[in-house]
Amino acid sequence: MAKIIGGITTSHIPAIGIAMDKGIEDTPYWKDFFAGYPPIREWLNKEQPDIAIVFYNDHGLEMFLDKKPTFAIGCAPQYENADEGWGIATIPPVTGETELSWHIINELVENDFDPTVCQDIKVDHGLTVPLSIMYPGRNYQHMKVIPVCINCERHPMPKPSRCFALGQAIGRAVESFEGDQKVVVFGTGGLSHQLDGERAGIINADFDIECMDKLVSDPEALTKYSIDDLVEIAGAQGVELNMWIAMRGCMLGDVEEVHRNYVAPISNTGAGTQLLLNK
Amino acid sequence: MSSKHRDIPGTIFFDGAMATKGYALNKMCFSFNNAEGREAFKQDEAAYCDKFGLTEVQKEAVLKRDIMTLEREGGSIYYLAKFAGVLGLNVQDVGGIQTGRTTEEFQAYLDSQGRGKNNG
Repeated sequence: MAKIIGGITTSHIPAIGIAMDKGIEDTPYWKDFFAGYPPIREWLNKEQPDIAIVFYNDHGLEMFLDKKPTFAIGCAPQYENADEGWGIATIPPVTGETELSWHIINELVENDFDPTVCQDIKVDHGLTVPLSIMYPGRNYQHMKVIPVCINCERHPMPKPSRCFALGQAIGRAVESFEGDQKVVVFGTGGLSHQLDGERAGIINADFDIECMDKLVSDPEALTKYSIDDLVEIAGAQGVELNMWIAMRGCMLGDVEEVHRNYVAPISNTGAGTQLLLNK
Repeated sequence: MSSKHRDIPGTIFFDGAMATKGYALNKMCFSFNNAEGREAFKQDEAAYCDKFGLTEVQKEAVLKRDIMTLEREGGSIYYLAKFAGVLGLNVQDVGGIQTGRTTEEFQAYLDSQGRGKNNG
């Protein structure tokens, strides 16, 4: 049976990708942030996962308002990145996966989730920045990626409880897949930030740290928040916590945290990363 | 169409009503994903706004780089970020514009809420 071997959370801020392109990871502004990643890279290199399920949100590259899925899942052999309009470099294609992807899709629909099924989508920084951070030099093409996109842009947005349940359904689907693939799950984005409005710039480091704690010990506590709660406590884009919650849902049982880093501000956000393993 | 969200000062919920109001504006900004769209906008900003059917209020706000009005007129920050990119502004610049601060003051505000940094 395929197996989820670990869960990783990470910020996906565009500025991270730009900083890596400029080679300024060791400058004072970035140093503490990038110091959080070598332990996770080492773990990935040691474990060599075959497949990564990546929860991300599209920021208006592929999923415009004309047809905007609440949940979408890819099942393509390859995903292209493209110009996002404000200067982040386009990265080489991401390798996709079709068999486990379709198995997850079949299981999700059977279990009352109805995602948009995507055979051809462009993926944006929400997915590409995490891959770039984990694999410096963009050396990520050996790993097959299954993108799962959650709407974090236009209300209504799915509730945290629903995202957690989606993750659980995906986790169970992986467990029921005939194969011996090693699967890692990424929850990307966050943590607290607000880009728009006169309230732009709010960061809530206390809440971010509480979320990281709860993600380990009591993820169901996070599912009690409403979307409005998250907007109020963590800012309009703090809703990206939904991707972390979905990742944690995939892990099903108890987990231990083997690594963590949190730095704020990075760009306009609280930037966290964690490596979680099932107990 | 309308949705009822909590009143959070300084926060506009981008919901169905706002997405309806801002559709043309957001569609124009979505076109900035392509170099051709960015170039066409720069050639004749007003004509480009007209091509997408922006309202007069939206068009004027685009020409004046009035980000807050664009948000109130249904602009989503995801697409307005692409407009900001055309203008050469980053998210701290935009944060400053929205909050009545200089970019440096906005960055200082971000820093004032910081955690976990030993450098920078």
